[in-house]
Amino acid sequence: MSFRLSYRADPGNPWFSWQYVRDNSDTILAAVREHASLTARAVLIAALVALPLAVAAYWFRSLAGPILAFTGVLYTIPSLALFAFVAPYLGIGAVTVLSVVVLYALLVIVRNAVAGLNQVPPEVREAAEGMGYGRWGRLFRIELPLALPGILTGLRLATVSTVALVTVGVVIGRGGLGQLIFAGFQNNFYKAQIMTGTLLCVLLALALDVVLAGVGRLLTPWLRRGSAA
Amino acid sequence: MNPVEAAVRWLNDPLNWTNPGGVLDRLGEHLSMSAAAVALGCLIAWPIGLWLGHTGRGGGLVVLVANVTLAIPTLALLTILPLTFLGFGRPSVVAALAVFAVPPLLANAYTGVRQADPEARDAARGMGFSGWQLLRRVELPLAVPYLAAGFRTAAVQVVATAALASFVNGGGLGQIIRAGFGLDIAAGGGQILAGGALVAGLAVLVELVLALVERVATPRPLRAGRRRANRRAADAVAGG
Repeated sequence: MSFRLSYRADPGNPWFSWQYVRDNSDTILAAVREHASLTARAVLIAALVALPLAVAAYWFRSLAGPILAFTGVLYTIPSLALFAFVAPYLGIGAVTVLSVVVLYALLVIVRNAVAGLNQVPPEVREAAEGMGYGRWGRLFRIELPLALPGILTGLRLATVSTVALVTVGVVIGRGGLGQLIFAGFQNNFYKAQIMTGTLLCVLLALALDVVLAGVGRLLTPWLRRGSAA
Repeated sequence: MNPVEAAVRWLNDPLNWTNPGGVLDRLGEHLSMSAAAVALGCLIAWPIGLWLGHTGRGGGLVVLVANVTLAIPTLALLTILPLTFLGFGRPSVVAALAVFAVPPLLANAYTGVRQADPEARDAARGMGFSGWQLLRRVELPLAVPYLAAGFRTAAVQVVATAALASFVNGGGLGQIIRAGFGLDIAAGGGQILAGGALVAGLAVLVELVLALVERVATPRPLRAGRRRANRRAADAVAGG
């Protein structure tokens, strides 16, 4: 009994410690900043690559299969293997982490964007054509706005999984919060540091998800009006 | 020497395969811990998913599990679990991997039972089947394509994630990549690339083999809908 009590009261290695957070706020903030910036850049680049791919898959049906298969294969390759493929060429740095994470995010964004574009009702498309919209005008004024819910779903899923994936960057020493977690593990299994890194990771994913959901609400006012009325 | 040549040379050295801690050892570790994790995941996720699907409740729970596990870094689980009662070693690694096998297994079991033809369900009820008989003799057989699709997704995911066990010295093929990074990019480039090729090759191989298994496991009359089932099953996870 006394053993158990002393074990419980053991101050040596708690799961969480405010003192750790206070004493290391600089390191923690730097890790959060690096993690957030890696995630934001990765999702932005992935969106810039994935959306044209999705539009190509939507316009040219024959391209849809190969594009989805290609991004699917990239998604099947384990993240550590992707790091192994990229690192010998790009070296050790943020560029390597970014390229791996971007390759991973492609599939989710492409698949959801294609699904969103395919959901545009044919009568809307025909009406737009009848009003004299060209292919590009129709894309930017009609089809992409109507596909926004699908595109945003893809972006949100990609963002959340990217936040988790960036931690694998510890293999080349650029893992953002993963660096914190890993260092805690190597530093005599310092639980407070591991837990802080993990919680911040999950919170960052949640925060970015909420932000994107808010942006989605602002960008698609017609969906809200329908449900409010 | 460029990295590809170095990788080919590394793979061509028989000692790299047969040494203790060589490719064959690591492959065995990788496969055994992946198999244990998938088995554990099935034991947990399938009964729950089938039951939730049977009662028609808990769809929100399935989505929640999928979304929450998406946000948890693998690295965090791999480093936290050894510090709990599981202790260091194989059990904590297997438990961490199983966590990532659960969402696809759960979602597909749930969707598989939910999509069973309501008329078949009504007919079984009319024949006097009890709830348990209905689940075992009607809904479960009809859910097999989904279960198989979920199994494939989960297994491929676990085999891919198992490479990360090397972060906590849990063994597996990832260990080869980590050792290469430990050397230095210039010296270890070949080993890094070779390890990456092995890990990626294994994941793709597992994917292909299980696609075949999935095809065999699906009864012929259900095969026409297989592609559709696959796509919907994938959406059930990704679109979660």
